[in-house]
Amino acid sequence: MNAAVSPVLEARALSRRFGGYFAVAEMNLTVDKRSIHAVIGPNGAGKTTLFNLITGVLPPTMGDILVEGTQVAGSRPDRIARLGVVRTFQGVRLFPSMSALENVLVGRFCRTRGGYLAAFTRIPGKAGVTEAASRRRAEELLERVGLASRRHMRASELALADQRRLEIARALATDPQLLLLDEPVAGMNPVEVQEAGELFKSLRDEGITILLTEHHMSLVMAISDQITVMSYGRKIAEGTPEVIQRDPQVLAAYLGSEATS
Amino acid sequence: MLLLQQIINGVMLGSSYSLIAIGYTLVFGVLHLIHLAHGEVFMVGAFVALQVVLLMGGGVGVAIPAAAVASAVLGVLIYLAAVKPIMARKGHFLAPMISTIGVGLVLQELATRMFGGEQVGFPVQMESHVWHLGGLTITSVQVVILAVSLGLMLALHLFVTLTRVGMAMRATAESMVISHTLGIRSDRIIILTFAIASALAGVAGVLVGMSFNSISPYMGVDMGIKGLAAMLLGGLGNVYGAMIGGLVIGIVEVISVGYLSSSYRDAFAFFVIIAVLLFRPRGIFGSTAHVEG
Repeated sequence: MNAAVSPVLEARALSRRFGGYFAVAEMNLTVDKRSIHAVIGPNGAGKTTLFNLITGVLPPTMGDILVEGTQVAGSRPDRIARLGVVRTFQGVRLFPSMSALENVLVGRFCRTRGGYLAAFTRIPGKAGVTEAASRRRAEELLERVGLASRRHMRASELALADQRRLEIARALATDPQLLLLDEPVAGMNPVEVQEAGELFKSLRDEGITILLTEHHMSLVMAISDQITVMSYGRKIAEGTPEVIQRDPQVLAAYLGSEATS
Repeated sequence: MLLLQQIINGVMLGSSYSLIAIGYTLVFGVLHLIHLAHGEVFMVGAFVALQVVLLMGGGVGVAIPAAAVASAVLGVLIYLAAVKPIMARKGHFLAPMISTIGVGLVLQELATRMFGGEQVGFPVQMESHVWHLGGLTITSVQVVILAVSLGLMLALHLFVTLTRVGMAMRATAESMVISHTLGIRSDRIIILTFAIASALAGVAGVLVGMSFNSISPYMGVDMGIKGLAAMLLGGLGNVYGAMIGGLVIGIVEVISVGYLSSSYRDAFAFFVIIAVLLFRPRGIFGSTAHVEG
């Protein structure tokens, strides 16, 4: 673990109510810089709602969300993205009729300028300086996730594992400091899971903090620095993988035989 | 030769339908809204161009930019005043569309009050040349119409495929939530979309005025329906489909006038649309990708 730990994300007493019930209730969460932090829990525990609150897709009913000390509870998603908090979606959500390269280029948008006027006034058919730089960066990211040869394929034509990689490349294109991954390896085969785990660790080593939800317990236990366990919208346990694996409350609520086997 | 001449005439007419259909498609793409005041935006563009030319003089070079700017402003105002507040209240999904019908009627009434309900001439000056190529007759007005509309379509294509803002616009059309979480301000993209869509309609207003030599406050109704039909024919949500759909309707219309009867031109055009949609229910370029959002 890193010596200089300062939180990149802090949630305090964060709650979200839908009608009569709390999908997320009084959650406190501290995500340290340069760590891989997993949020686990049974389906319906509120993990995806938590992600929606952090990324501004849903406003919280109560509570605070601090990104490096800046209050973002209720902020617009684009503002939160500009602060460096970007996510992937459960079940992969790409821009299906755009090419792999174009998907990543869209991710560059919030880190580039070249206003509306410039877009209309430059020489037609010739990519401007901004576009050329974005394109180089996007090609690098595609290379990084192993999609360089498929960059001109439509996103919808890629295999599932490639779509997941593309979604991560698109998120990385925004230069995030905190990357939220919602079930990033669901449906992948063991080799692909292994590769994804390596990618996540290398991203952390480069300084990107990762907050992920996942049901693939052996991956979570292998790569996480911290694990938060949720049940019915509440945090029921928190700690390192070793601590979590031995927590009787967690075993009862969720892990069951899988973790002990 | 007669057929070729009619295809040329049909492309002239159809390219204006295409410009209108592209506007419907762009707005539908980002908001899933059928913007039923779009035909009136087209009409207002033509009237503003006429007034500007009457006041200041000048020809196509003045009329087209004036119409484009006025329509773009009007389109954005319609969004801000009649679409956005209603969408924000999250009522019935048809409510914003009904609101645009209301806006269309108001604009028609206002235009009638200001300019009278009659057709008025459209004296946009330009040198008139007539070229005879074999048996074909092409006028300079036709060349201008074709050059402007095809030029705008090419510009739009380059904009959405090459520029960062254009790509953000496509991304927002494919999924507003995702592009918003990637740092793209959806509200700005929506405003830009309305501005571009409406500017194209305004330009179409000038082109139609030039080719028929007259405009009226009610011209938006007919053209609006043709534009909608062109969008459906091409495939909902597909900009290139809208371009092709407009051209097909224009050609069918002109050919039916030439070979059948002028009083059935609209009926025949819609007959063809229904026939195409029976075989390709999602239109010529139809895909579901944009509609799912």
